[in-house]
Amino acid sequence: METREIIMNHYTSSPYKIKKEDIKDYQKISVQSDSCIDHLDIFVKIEEDKIVDAYFEGEACAIATSSCSILLKNCINRNFTEIQEFITNFENMINDCPYNEKQLDEAIVFREIIRQGNRKACAYLPYKGLKQILGKEL
Amino acid sequence: MNIEDFPMLKEDLIYLDNGATTLKPQCVIDKITEYYTKYSANAHRGDYDISFKVDQEYEKAREIVRNFIHAKYKEEVVFTSGTTESLNMVAFGFFGKFLEKNDEILITQSEHASNVLPWFQLSKKLGIVIKYIPLDEHHYVTLENVKKSITPNTKVISLASITNVIGDERPIKEICEFAHQNNIFVVMDGAQSVPHRKTDVQDLDVDFLAFSGHKMCGPTGIGILYGRKELLEEMEPQTYGGGMNESFDSPDEVYLKDLPTRLEAGTPNIAGVIGLGEAIKYLEKIGMDKIEEYEKNLRAYAINKLICIPHLDILNIESDSGIISFNVNDIFSQDVAYHLNKYKICVRAGNHCAKILKKETGVQNSLRVSLYFYNTESDIDNLVDLLSNKEKIIEGML
Repeated sequence: METREIIMNHYTSSPYKIKKEDIKDYQKISVQSDSCIDHLDIFVKIEEDKIVDAYFEGEACAIATSSCSILLKNCINRNFTEIQEFITNFENMINDCPYNEKQLDEAIVFREIIRQGNRKACAYLPYKGLKQILGKEL
Repeated sequence: MNIEDFPMLKEDLIYLDNGATTLKPQCVIDKITEYYTKYSANAHRGDYDISFKVDQEYEKAREIVRNFIHAKYKEEVVFTSGTTESLNMVAFGFFGKFLEKNDEILITQSEHASNVLPWFQLSKKLGIVIKYIPLDEHHYVTLENVKKSITPNTKVISLASITNVIGDERPIKEICEFAHQNNIFVVMDGAQSVPHRKTDVQDLDVDFLAFSGHKMCGPTGIGILYGRKELLEEMEPQTYGGGMNESFDSPDEVYLKDLPTRLEAGTPNIAGVIGLGEAIKYLEKIGMDKIEEYEKNLRAYAINKLICIPHLDILNIESDSGIISFNVNDIFSQDVAYHLNKYKICVRAGNHCAKILKKETGVQNSLRVSLYFYNTESDIDNLVDLLSNKEKIIEGML
């Protein structure tokens, strides 16, 4: 699939952008951009050292929404070490440091887009949120 | 009109975010540069020529502001960092001294954060009650609804004269008349109105007025607090230090200067003050009535075209100002703004700091076009052309 198609699919019909009634087993983190109006509420269900389920709500642009969707897809059923590796790899990519392309799955679609204006902050917003959750757990 | 005065417009920029801040004409830039290059001394140190010149220019600017808003006395004009600081000074420095538990403040759900949060804080501190004047079906404030909202405990009505999302103009003069008959103070947030039309604080009979320089072709970091002299005399400074004191020996022996200096502690934003004076001179040369009329005509031109676009949802088809808020159906406002940016069209996406307005309109975020006198019909044509093609917006948002 092309970059555009991947982003639009995750933006318009993400399987992770849902509303759940029963959230008692989930940790919630809200992240808001400092420079624009992106707002995401991320919910994760943690068992031992693993995220076993995750979803999100909120109002955000195509880049922030699709980035969140791709991130959560890559976190479910992974342990904290693996998730941390994924996040570090993504950070390396957006900061022009060496990174492992194969490990990034669909998150690679943001390789060029993050060079456009404020879009880097949009793509990184969900990562900021997830790091706060992981920070509590590690 | 007057496009040639603005260096930023020499590029093919279409700047439609004037509610956030305005572009600066060359004369304002020159005036600020002149201060920094020819007499860059501190104020209130008139022992040498260039500092004396600073004081002269600084006080000249105050007189320009006084005349511009038709205040009675120069002492009623206080330089602040902007509308936000001015409103905080009014809330904490004046009303923080006098209000008591269960006293009521009337605002609306379409106020900017700067006319909401200081009152929220005061409410937590003093136990005062914040009430909202109901808006009519167009999200307007009517005198009738103000009358219905007051109780024997109402002490303050604090309103934007023009709101920053809906752009409606409030009947401030009528509200002041009614409020004063009932011993209620009126605070006017003039951030969106003072730059766009004539302001006469004596005719309005408003108790306090706050506005910002950067929204009226002036520099950032400078604003005005106007207050009736007898009220400012009672205002507690929110900042203490240099410049504002007469003498001090101990905590019980602190003597402050007279108005307005006592409310301007520290080295002031001298370049900002002088630049604001120049900006006002510039606006007056064009004429505030002319600016108002031009913007109204341009808005009508824009609305007539925008309402023909079927996928636009306009929040304020009717409005008294140059503000148009809307959404493109099914597309997040920020993505539309991003698309327009590719064509050098600057518009704002978001809640525009009016975060409780969604309770009123049911709309969380929107795009906002806010006009000024240097915008043109051609700017609008370009905007309309891009907004007309929804497929192109979807294509262009990435």
